[in-house]
Amino acid sequence: MVGELEFERPVTELRKKIAELKEFTKNADVDLSDEIGKLENRLEKLEKEIYENIKPWDRVQIARHPARPTTLDYISYLFTDFFECHGDRTFADDEAIVGGIAKFKGLPVTIIGHQRGKDTKENIRRNFGMPHPEGYRKALRLMNQAEKFKRPIICFIDTKGAYPGKAAEERGQSEAIARNLFEMASLHVPVICIVIGEGGSGGALALGVGNHIHMLENSTYSVISPEGAAAILWKDATQAKRAAESMRITAPDLKELGIVDQIIPEVKGGAHKDVQKQAEEIGKVLLTSLKELRTLTEDQLVSHRYNKFKSIGQYSFIKDVIGVN
Amino acid sequence: MLKEIFTKPKKKKYATIPSESAKQDVPEGIMTKCPNCKKIMYTKELLKNLKVCLNCQYHHSMDSKERIESFLDPNSFEELNAGMISENPLNFPGYLEKLEKDQKKTGINEAVVTGIGSIEGHQAVIAVMDSTFRMGSMGSVVGEKITLAIEKADELSVPFIIFTASGGARMQEGVLSLMQMAKTSVALKKFSDNGGLIISIMTHPTTGGVSASFASLGDYNLAEPGALIGFAGRRIIEQTIREELPEDFQTAEFLLKHGQLDAVIPRLELKEKIASILSMHQQEGDLEW
Repeated sequence: MVGELEFERPVTELRKKIAELKEFTKNADVDLSDEIGKLENRLEKLEKEIYENIKPWDRVQIARHPARPTTLDYISYLFTDFFECHGDRTFADDEAIVGGIAKFKGLPVTIIGHQRGKDTKENIRRNFGMPHPEGYRKALRLMNQAEKFKRPIICFIDTKGAYPGKAAEERGQSEAIARNLFEMASLHVPVICIVIGEGGSGGALALGVGNHIHMLENSTYSVISPEGAAAILWKDATQAKRAAESMRITAPDLKELGIVDQIIPEVKGGAHKDVQKQAEEIGKVLLTSLKELRTLTEDQLVSHRYNKFKSIGQYSFIKDVIGVN
Repeated sequence: MLKEIFTKPKKKKYATIPSESAKQDVPEGIMTKCPNCKKIMYTKELLKNLKVCLNCQYHHSMDSKERIESFLDPNSFEELNAGMISENPLNFPGYLEKLEKDQKKTGINEAVVTGIGSIEGHQAVIAVMDSTFRMGSMGSVVGEKITLAIEKADELSVPFIIFTASGGARMQEGVLSLMQMAKTSVALKKFSDNGGLIISIMTHPTTGGVSASFASLGDYNLAEPGALIGFAGRRIIEQTIREELPEDFQTAEFLLKHGQLDAVIPRLELKEKIASILSMHQQEGDLEW
């Protein structure tokens, strides 16, 4: 099976066996329906066992699956009248970020998201979904436009990170990301962020300062990739699996840490198995989120966002202070 | 016999490698060797020159204590939240031990020191990151202390000045560290919208998550000469694009050339320049007409 992941191999193998047996009974003169029934029962149990106990590293694999639906996939299912807007009006159009206006169940909204490619050719054009500063500046331009026309903003997060390149540094990758964090803080419209794949570090966060942050069940959100963390912490990039476990990067982890508002359930085995159904699940959460945020006034939206981020972090105080003075 | 006079003396058959201690063979404290020009000078004189090399102008790193002493008016500093300490939110093995070790080594509780002080009489809230504590990395405490400092500046209606020195986000606190970028930026935006003045002075090194948040969000973005400033690490970029980067890549001067900074200011002129900027942001100036 194309795109089959390591952890689900027992399921696909069993499924293949059942199909073979069924094929065999069709042609041969033996009745194996009893055995097939038993195997199907086992398959059901096995599926439950495997898909309900997905390990962090397996989630990383699902989040990175080449067939995983992208921002544009979801846009086509969730919205109507999508009009894509290009360019940052200063330097270029970065195709690693897409954005534009559309209707969500009749309500005009602004949509912005990271965009990976589906094949090598598209991936090269879209730089594997890793934006340059002009991508973030395009996003900011569209956010300001949304602010002007009082449209809610929906951000889809799906990137390995901001592109680490010479040109990106020259054009101010740091400043572009920082500027988005800064400007998103004061938007007077609802901002809803949904992590649909990989949420890689500052490059993801630059579209992530929302009133609500939701995550697909098998997506990840982290300060650094598991490989990068392993390289820094243990000087060994092959320890990525261990890093994925200790860094707490999965949707349930982020919910527990108080960062994520809602986990959006995925279809069995990952979003790529049924895009339409997955889009429906996202649509449900998006609708309740929008309904809730639209009851807030413009100023309440800003303070809601302020309080959300102000509350993130863990620290304590000691009494015997050793200060500088 | 006579032959020997004309032949070269035999080379030693072994090589000598100076030990690590011999390389920096000056007694601790009295003399300091400049890592840039290798010249040896009196530590006392170097300190008097604000740790700027007397020979080549290389800016040696300053810790938070040295920075506060050299930048603020004498005895004007009043520290805020000095007792805030990190927890271990991800239960990362060895993290608390590492923190404790650095607390003993540096005499401070976390990688940033915040407080209220004055610069040639101008009151301001100041935050000084300290690269001697966990490489100045930003976790929950650094993010929270900086946020509280910004809120204090807002409350007092005084400028907010930050000296950055950081390797980026703190790995051991994972995504919580990442979120501190958003937290501090959100606080700065509110302060800025209320008319607050933000001055960012980037010192060596300012990279990763810190450069991609508050360090780049000053009304005036300044840097010390030679400071390393950038988003992604040099090695990662070289591996990604597979070409060698220019010598001055990601230095303060490189950023200035590419339009990312307002100015690069030598340390010996810093206090005077900042005081001058502050004087231009007072509610009422002394009119001379």
